[in-house]
Amino acid sequence: MVPLNHYLVLSGVLFAIGTAGVFLRRNLITVLLSVEIMLNAVNLTFVAVGRYRGTVDGQIITFFVMTVAAAEAAVGLALVISLFRHRETLNPDAFTALKW
Amino acid sequence: MEILAFYAFAAITVIASLLVVGQGNPMHSVMLLIVSFGALAGLYVLLDAPFTAVTQIIVYAGAIMVLFLFVVMLLNVPREEAVAPAISALLGPTGMRLGVVLSVLLAVEVVWALSRVGIGWFTQGTSAASVSSVALIGNSLFTRHAFAFEATSVLILVAMVGAVVLAGRERH
Repeated sequence: MVPLNHYLVLSGVLFAIGTAGVFLRRNLITVLLSVEIMLNAVNLTFVAVGRYRGTVDGQIITFFVMTVAAAEAAVGLALVISLFRHRETLNPDAFTALKW
Repeated sequence: MEILAFYAFAAITVIASLLVVGQGNPMHSVMLLIVSFGALAGLYVLLDAPFTAVTQIIVYAGAIMVLFLFVVMLLNVPREEAVAPAISALLGPTGMRLGVVLSVLLAVEVVWALSRVGIGWFTQGTSAASVSSVALIGNSLFTRHAFAFEATSVLILVAMVGAVVLAGRERH
């Protein structure tokens, strides 16, 4: 059986990749995709730890995270569409009206 | 055998995720993310969680990614302006350089912390009983977590109304 640490390190790496995407990309859609990578890294941790503890709680919380991710994607993409209508761009640096 | 499968799926996931972040076309990013989620579903099967694996494929790769694809096609912006690939980002403006440094720092920190986690931290050892039963999940979901389950349905309703209000055209 694969040791638990392997799964935890893999999910740590995935989470860091997602963070890098949020920091580096200049496209709102790719930023949202990076957030999905981060959510999946956390899901992997939940399922792995739940498996090694011998309970189903990890899988249940993963189920809820997936539901919240679906809601987040729907609202986030609606915001992206409405921002694109205002500015004709997806560059987050273009939306600075609230910045002083 | 199992460890080989783990490394194969892990490599696919990491490489696909890196490409999602590293290349400029959002369309390709969505496709690569579907590949990454497929490999993650394989990891869930290795973890004895077939229900989660199937949910991952149906909900993530099926529903959420189709939503992303629709928006990418609808907005029709194949390239971002002033494409900044991940490699040259190190030489980019201060904000980007800081972002790279922060993410590398986070990666080192998280991997260091997680690699120290031992199985002794948890009550049961590696011989923990198999928990792949869907009946067990359903039982726990509809008894112990019934309130959270109902609250989720309200959340979905709110998200649906919010998305329609935000993305719908204003009528005058």
